[in-house]
Formats: sequence, C-alpha cells, structure tokens
Amino acid sequence: MSGFFKSSIGRKVSMALSAFFLMFFLLQHLSINILSVLSPETFNEVSHFMGTNPLVQFVLQPVLIFAVVFHFVMGFVLELRNSSARKISYAKNNGAGNSTWMSRNMIWSGITILAFIGLHFIDFWFPEINTKFIQGDWSGTMEGIQGFRYHEELVHKFINPARVAAYVVAFVLLGLHLAHGFTSAFQSMGGTAGRKKTLQTIGKVYSIIIPAGFIFIALYHHFKH
Amino acid sequence: MNLTLKIWRQVDANDKGKMVDYKVTEISESMSFLEMMDVLNEQLVNAGDQPVAFDHDCREGICGMCSMYINGEAHGPDRGVTTCQLHMRMFKDGDTITIEPWRAAAFPVIKDLVVNRSAFDRIQHAGGYISVNTSGNTQDANSIPISKHAADQAMDAATCIGCGACVATCKNSSAMLFVGAKVSQYALLPQGQIEAADRVQNMVAQMDLEGFGNCTNTGACEVECPKGISLDNIARMNRELMKANI
Amino acid sequence: MALDSKIPKGPIKDKWTDYKNHINLVNPANKRHIDVIVVGTGLAGGSASATLAELGYNVKSFAYQDSPRRAHSIAAQGGINAAKNYQGDGDSTFRLFYDTVKGGDYRSREANVYRLAEVSANIIDQCVAQGVPFARDYGGLLDNRSFGGVLVSRTFYAKGQTGQQLLLGAYSAMNRQIARGKIEMFNRHEMLDVVIVDGKARGIIARNLVTGEIERHSAHAVVIASGGYGNVYFLSTNAMGSNVTAGWKVHKKGAFFANPCYTQIHPTCIPRSGDYQSKLTLMSESLRNDGRIWVPKSLEDVKAIREGSKKPTDLTQDERDYFLERRYPAFGNLVPRDVASRAAKERCDAGYGVNATGEAVYLDFASSFERYGKEQAKIHNLENPSTAKIKELGQEIVKAKYGNLFQMYEKIIDQNPYETPMMIYPAVHYTMGGVWVDYNLMTTIPGCYAIGEANFSEHGANRLGASALMQGLADGYFVLPYTIGDYLADDIRTGKISTNSPEFEAAEKEVSERIEFFINNKGTHSVDYYHKKLGKIMWDKCGMSRNEEGLKNAIEEISALRNDFWKNVNVPGTATEYNEQLAKAGRVADFLELGELFAKDALQREESAGGHFREEHQTEDGEAKRRKEFQYVSAWEYKGEPKDAVLHKEELAYENIEVKERSYK
Repeated sequence: MSGFFKSSIGRKVSMALSAFFLMFFLLQHLSINILSVLSPETFNEVSHFMGTNPLVQFVLQPVLIFAVVFHFVMGFVLELRNSSARKISYAKNNGAGNSTWMSRNMIWSGITILAFIGLHFIDFWFPEINTKFIQGDWSGTMEGIQGFRYHEELVHKFINPARVAAYVVAFVLLGLHLAHGFTSAFQSMGGTAGRKKTLQTIGKVYSIIIPAGFIFIALYHHFKH
Repeated sequence: MNLTLKIWRQVDANDKGKMVDYKVTEISESMSFLEMMDVLNEQLVNAGDQPVAFDHDCREGICGMCSMYINGEAHGPDRGVTTCQLHMRMFKDGDTITIEPWRAAAFPVIKDLVVNRSAFDRIQHAGGYISVNTSGNTQDANSIPISKHAADQAMDAATCIGCGACVATCKNSSAMLFVGAKVSQYALLPQGQIEAADRVQNMVAQMDLEGFGNCTNTGACEVECPKGISLDNIARMNRELMKANI
Repeated sequence: MALDSKIPKGPIKDKWTDYKNHINLVNPANKRHIDVIVVGTGLAGGSASATLAELGYNVKSFAYQDSPRRAHSIAAQGGINAAKNYQGDGDSTFRLFYDTVKGGDYRSREANVYRLAEVSANIIDQCVAQGVPFARDYGGLLDNRSFGGVLVSRTFYAKGQTGQQLLLGAYSAMNRQIARGKIEMFNRHEMLDVVIVDGKARGIIARNLVTGEIERHSAHAVVIASGGYGNVYFLSTNAMGSNVTAGWKVHKKGAFFANPCYTQIHPTCIPRSGDYQSKLTLMSESLRNDGRIWVPKSLEDVKAIREGSKKPTDLTQDERDYFLERRYPAFGNLVPRDVASRAAKERCDAGYGVNATGEAVYLDFASSFERYGKEQAKIHNLENPSTAKIKELGQEIVKAKYGNLFQMYEKIIDQNPYETPMMIYPAVHYTMGGVWVDYNLMTTIPGCYAIGEANFSEHGANRLGASALMQGLADGYFVLPYTIGDYLADDIRTGKISTNSPEFEAAEKEVSERIEFFINNKGTHSVDYYHKKLGKIMWDKCGMSRNEEGLKNAIEEISALRNDFWKNVNVPGTATEYNEQLAKAGRVADFLELGELFAKDALQREESAGGHFREEHQTEDGEAKRRKEFQYVSAWEYKGEPKDAVLHKEELAYENIEVKERSYK
C-alpha cells in the first residue's frame, strides 16, 4: 500500500481523497455560516458547539489541518514534478484549444486560496486558538456582549471593504478551483462515464453555490452594518 | 497559397536547437500537411540545404509515426486526425505556421522534429501483453463468449496508435492516456483479467520511472488524441491500480 | 541449379502433419545457443520473432521504424480469413484452399496453400487468447463478414483496423519476449546486406538510422520479413518507408526472385488529386459489401459531372451503369480485386471517369442506406417511415460499420460521402511476387528464409482480400518456427558466429562504399526526382495492363534512368547522422534494379493471369486469358544486371483442384 501512494496514480488518489474531505468541510462551513444571515442565535449556538465539542476540536480539526497541509504540499510536489517532465516549453501552445483555463491553472487558483487561508487564519483561527488554548477561555463569551461572541466577531470582520474585496476575489478563485477539482477528484478515484454527466452537473452547481454563498455572506454583513 | 513556416531545427540530441523561418509557395489546399513538408524539403535539397527531419511512414493515420506540434496543438488544429491526415485547407493564404517537436523530458529530440518515443515501448515491455504461448494450441476462439459491449470498449481502447500526442499535449507531459488505454483493453477482456493486477502495477511503475508527469485530468489528451481515446480509460486504470493494491 | 520446392509426399490433407512429425527438432537446451535474425516486424516478422523467442532461440529483430508496432501491416483494414465455419455456411479448410488457389488464378503451389488454409483457424484462436478485440455479435461470439471472390463469410475483423489489432497482438507477444531478454530489438535500423559464410546465410550488415553507424550482426539463420515492393511505383498504398532492399540484397547474394510482375492493384482507393501526392490511401474492400460501383451510361452525363453542371445524385437508376453487376452477375460488386480494378480501368479508359483527371468511378451507398433503413424501421416498429427517416436509420448502420472510412474519405476529398457517392480508383497495393522459397520457406540461400509478403507467397497471381494477414501470421506463428528447426538442428554445435570473418569485412566494406558514394556524389537531382520518374514508367507501362512494346520500352527507360541516377543523384548531409535522404537513396537504387526485372518478367510471361494482364492475351469480352504453358513460377537468378537475370521455372501441378477458366460471372 505504501508503494501505491508513492506511484503517480496513488498521489492522484491521495489528492482526491483530501479534496473530498475539504469539499465536505466547505459544505459544512457554508451551512453554518449561512445561519449568521438567517438566525444569529442559532449561528452562535452551533458555533459554540463546534468550537467546544472535543470530537470536533481534537479529532476533526487536526484531520482538517492535515488535509489542508497535505493537499497543498502534495499539490506543490506534483506541480514541480510535472513541470520537470517538460524541460523545454513550446514556443507556441494553444492550451485553450483543448482544455479549460481552470484545469490548467489549478496551481494559481490554489496559491490564491492558500494566501486567503493565511488571511482567514489571522482573522479567525489564530484568535480562536489564542482565546481557547492560550488564555484557556472556553466560555464562548466576550466582555460587553450578551450571549455568545461568534456572530459579533463575524460581523465585525466584514466592516473593512478591503478585506471584503479580498474575500470576494479569493472565493471567485475557489470557485474556479472547484469547477475543475470537483469532477477531477471523482475521475482520479476512477469515476466512470455513466455517472459523468450527473457528476458534472453536480460539480458545476457545487462550484457555484459554495463561493457564491460565502460571497453573499460577506457582502450581506458588510452592507448591513 | 503561400505560407511562412517557423520550424524547430536541431542537429542532434546534443544541439541546443532553434526556430528557423522558411517560406513555401503555391501550396495546394488538397495537400496533406506532410506533403507540404515534402515540398519544403525538396526545395531545401535543391538549394543544397539540409531537409527538415520528421517522422512519418504510413501517411494514412494508423502507424503513429508522425508527430508534429503545429500552431500550439498536437497534430495541428484539426480533430481526430494525425499530422499526415491534416490537410492544408485548414490554413489560409499568408498564414504563419509554427512547427515544433513533441516536448517531453521522456521524449528526447533526435533531430529537428524527430523524437525518441522508446519510453512507450518500455512501458509495454513491463506488462503490455497477455502471457500466452504463441503455439496456437489454445482453446477455440469462441469458447469464451465476450459481451459485445466489453469487446467494443476493448476495441475502442485498443485503437491507440502510440503516437504520443497525449503526452505532447498534456501540460504535465503525462502518459496516462496511453497507459490507461492499454491497461483498459486487457482489463476489459476475460483473457487479460488473469494478470490484470500485476500488469497495471508494472506498467504504472515503468511509466513513473520514465519521467512522465502526473495526470491532472485536464482532458486535453482526449481532445487531441487522433483516435479519440476516452478519458474513461484513465479512470479505469486508476480503479485497476486501486483494486490491485487492496 | 534446379529448383527443389521440397513439397512432402502424400495426400494433400496429411502433408503438413506428416511433415511436422518427421522433421528434425532442436532440443530446448540447444536452442539457447542458436541466434536468429529477423528483418522486419510486421505480422510475419513480429509473429516469427515472438514465436522463435518463445521456443528458446535468441532472436535479433530489426525495424526501420521507431517501434515494431509501426510496421505497415498496421494499415490493413478489412479483416483476416480463417476456415472456422462459425457461420455454418459451408466453409471448410478445403473451400478456403480452393478459393485461394482459384483467386490466385492457378499460379500458386497447392501444398503451401492447403497448409495455409489448415493453420488459418489456429490464428484466430491464438489472437483471441492474446487479447485481440475482434468484433463480436450480441451473443458474445465472433462476428464475420464477407469479402471479394468468395461465397462464404469467413472474414474476422476488428472494426476497420484489423491489421492494427493483429499487429499489436504480435507486438505484445514480442514485448513479452523482449522483457524476458529473448528478443533483442533494433529499432531505427535498416538491413543493408546479408552475409554469406561457407554458402550459408550467417548474418547481416545493418545501418543505425539515427547515428549512421554500420553494424555487423551474426546469426545461424536470417529471416527476411520486410514486406512487399509496391513502392517501386512511387505512388502506392504502402508506407513511405516500405522498400525492397532486404529482399533485393538477398537476391543479389543468390536468392531467386519469383514472379516480380504479379502486382495487386486494389480497386477501392481514393483517387489521386495532384503531382505533389506522396501516397495513395486505400479504403477497405469491405466497402464493396454495401457500396455499388457505377459510372454514367452516357458520355454527356460524364461531361456534365466533370464540369459540375450535374451532380451524381441527379442521375436516375437508368442513367447509371453498374458495370460490375452488369458484367459479373454472380459476384457483382464482390468480384476479386484484379477483376474489379480492371473493370474500372476499362470504363475510365473508355472515357467514363467521373473526376477531373478522368480516373475515378463511383462507389455508392444510397441503396444500402435504404435497405438497412427499412430493416431498422421494422426492428423499431416504425409505421410508414419517411424516406428521410429511412435514410437516416440506414446511415447509422453504415456509419457503425464503416464510419472511420467515411470520415477518412471526407477529410481527404472534402466531400460528404453520406450525401454524394464516393469516388474511387485502383491503386497499387500488394505484391504477390517476392523472394522464391521452398515448402520450408527457405530461399535458395541455405539458412536464409523469407516470410509474409516478402516471399513469392501462396497467393499466386492475385491475392484475395483478407488473406495477407492470414499468410503473414501463418508463416510467422505456425510454419517457420517448425521448418527452421529442421535446418538449425545441424547447427547445435556450431557455436557463436564470429563477425570478424573476411565475409563480414567484405560485406561491410561494400555497404560503406555505397554510402560514401551517395554522400560524395553531389549530383543535380534529388532522390525523389528519380523515384517519381521510375514510378511513372512503372504505372504507365507495367500497371494494370501491359503489352510487349510498353514493356520493352520500360526496360530501356528504367535502365537509362538507373544510369542517370548513379551519375546525378544528390544526397545532402553526412553519413554519420540521421539522414532520411541517404536511407531513401539506397532504397530507390534497389527499386531501379527491381523495376527492370519486373518489366522483364512481365514481358516473358506471355499470358494474362491475376494481377498480370497482357493486352495480347485476353478473351473476346476482355477477360484475362491464362495459358497452360505458363503454369509455372518464374524464379530469376541474379547475374549482375537485371537484363542478364536467368529464368528458372518451377512447374506447378494441380492434383486436388481442377484448373478451370476463372469465372465470376
């Protein structure tokens, strides 16, 4: 089995597996975040549950971090390997003649998403870790705020238009990444023709809904403020 | 029609190589692309210059020898054809056509537009066969019925001509369409299933060893393949390799 | 030297079995000490290499292409015959034997043909076991189609790519042996001479086409499997690199060359369009199963069509001349190739050719669209389907059968063959002649064998469709591996053959000198200039029909052209690099000699038989007229110049088949 994951196809499969996990995570993340628009109270409760449940915090969170790191590191490793498979590039290459922009630029959409994750960590994840693990405050409350603090923190982040703009750009790139990545992951796992049409439709819907949802939330909070 | 050609010239494997411009005149639109190259070469020979070396043989799209990257696409702008089947009616008078060899680390240039594709042969040596004695003392050909569907799918995979357009086209220089097609042909037939696990493992291992890149499912190979080999063959190879490891 | 065909005694159906039971075998431990060189990796060479290696011999295989898989067998489209009688339509070994001898116009050796028919069934078994994806019916069993010149369906096929699939099967068998180290593969190598030591073939001189290096390779036997010489015509359906060099070199070293004038002109090729044309493209004969061949009845319509004022579809059925159906009601459009080709030429010569060059006839699928369409409408329970619907349904069936050929046609001609009839014209396709071999497939040089299209073959004066693949694989898989053992059994104590002998030295010197000559000649004309000129002489005077005057002229003209070639040929570049012009110069030099022998043979054979049609010898209604006194194989011995070649006759006896007028009416 270890030999399998060292093979080219094994690496594809591992990319696909981590992608599946990340895509599931995105769906879950969006579902919770959309609550911040629909019902701030429910949003707060669910956020508190996710933020304090040991299973989420000590099992799912490390797995998520591993998946993110793995997906990026493997992505870069493969990119390097792939670019070394062609030492001299074409003087003229009509890539658009046979493939989509998304499929040819996964590395660039990926790097944008990586940069975004950096920003996102600074915005939310580092403060959370600081509060919970360094200061030891697991109450989910904050001075000057009634009930849980999560909704207030979220709204606060979307005041600055520059940040909102950065989020929107990143989500567009995420959408492009997913537009290829969704079906690609199934293909890597050996998905066949019979399911292809359906899969492609689901992939399209997914890669539009996820970023559109996040963009909507960011804009909603920005303009509502 | 009159054309300007920008062609990659490289004396041998050690030469650095460069693009050189040529002019050809009075090209008929009924000519095949290679016949246009013949005109250029005749012109070069008569002028005392070295003709452009390029691979070609059957000139009817089946041997898989011809291999030019024309205006940024393997076998040029037409679909479902090899370079020898590409006709000049696809171009216009006054066009500039860029002609390059297949570019892949696993396909080193021998001269001008001729590349070394023996990596493909070595992948086949690693398992591209069914281990059956050639004595002819096998069972009757009709003793194992094979569903028409499976036979047709195997045939579709087997139509690969081994030209290498998939590798040339792939932004990663991946050979997975080629290997996937061979793995699929045998995996779909009962005769091939006996050695299926070893075959896919050995062929993929050799493919990796040859320095081909990794498939990122862009689908470019399927579009440029002169025989229209489907991406499904790569998916099937992925399944076969997973199956072989479980 | 008297020719001994070494045909075993006994009743024809037992000859091969008895013979196999009594020939010498080489013990497996000794096979390891024996080397065999195989030149060419097509169906014959590929299958022979794989089988010899499987048996335990050390095989060295040579191909001028970059991979064995690219040999021109790959371009065979239609199918492979085998007497399996899966269709239950009365086929049998005898019937395949009979059809082949009759199809060959009674100019082949009975015993060889019977053996071919006998092993044909094994080929299909073998190929299926190798994973060749033959077409199957819905019950999962193998499907068959019918081919020209026969009354049964015995042709197995893999879409329109049967040759490709069979070659890939042989290639896969080779791969297995290459991986085991039993075959040493020399790609991009060309054999330039055979080396004879003590009267036996003991090796070859080959040139590495990438580096230009001249190499010596020794072996205990040499097998020539380098295909046919159709490229002597410049334009043919052969691959650009197909050449006679290997066969011609062994001829010059003592192997007799048989029946060079027997050439097959295939009826269903795409007509030529201009002088720049480098090759002709064949479309499978299977098209004649569903297409009907015609030209207009009136010359006015011909004129109107050429001028573009009328379209072929404008002509009513009454205005069309379905000349094959008219002349040959029993076989119709499925007459053998030589007959179909000549009939098309006859119409075109009479002025009925339908394209600008006057060299094309129609191949029309309209009635098949209708026939299949009606059948489909019944199957799908459509009531009163419209004509358009019927046509559409019919076209789908035709598309499934020949879609790739229709697509190929459209790409080349730029006309949609679903809407307007195809145009076709005969083109040089296959050469029945070749190096003379005995029953063991050995040439007149001991230890030198010739198999597949390279030998003078079992096809007599004309080959039936789907029989070339059968012969190539039969020779390579099932015949040569036995017969070569009989010879090699004497070589178990010989040990490795040294390449340092004076014979190797001399052969290499000769090859090198010739290459030096080409490079240093710095003449005025390119190699193609000569090749095209030779091709024109051959096509005009040694083509579909020949006459004494033309042949005599051809001999003179070829001889003069050859002299000019050796004075004025221009080969650019150097000898120590990848130099296609240099390789081609050597091949054309050999064609220039072969061409003359070809014409000499055609002149000598004062009869019409199969692909060889002498205008002086035809029946009143223009059919080929065979002559009893020419019932022999012409085997030519090399004596310096082609004109000095000496004829040896191998008389042909027909004990199991009555020699009759070959009629397809």
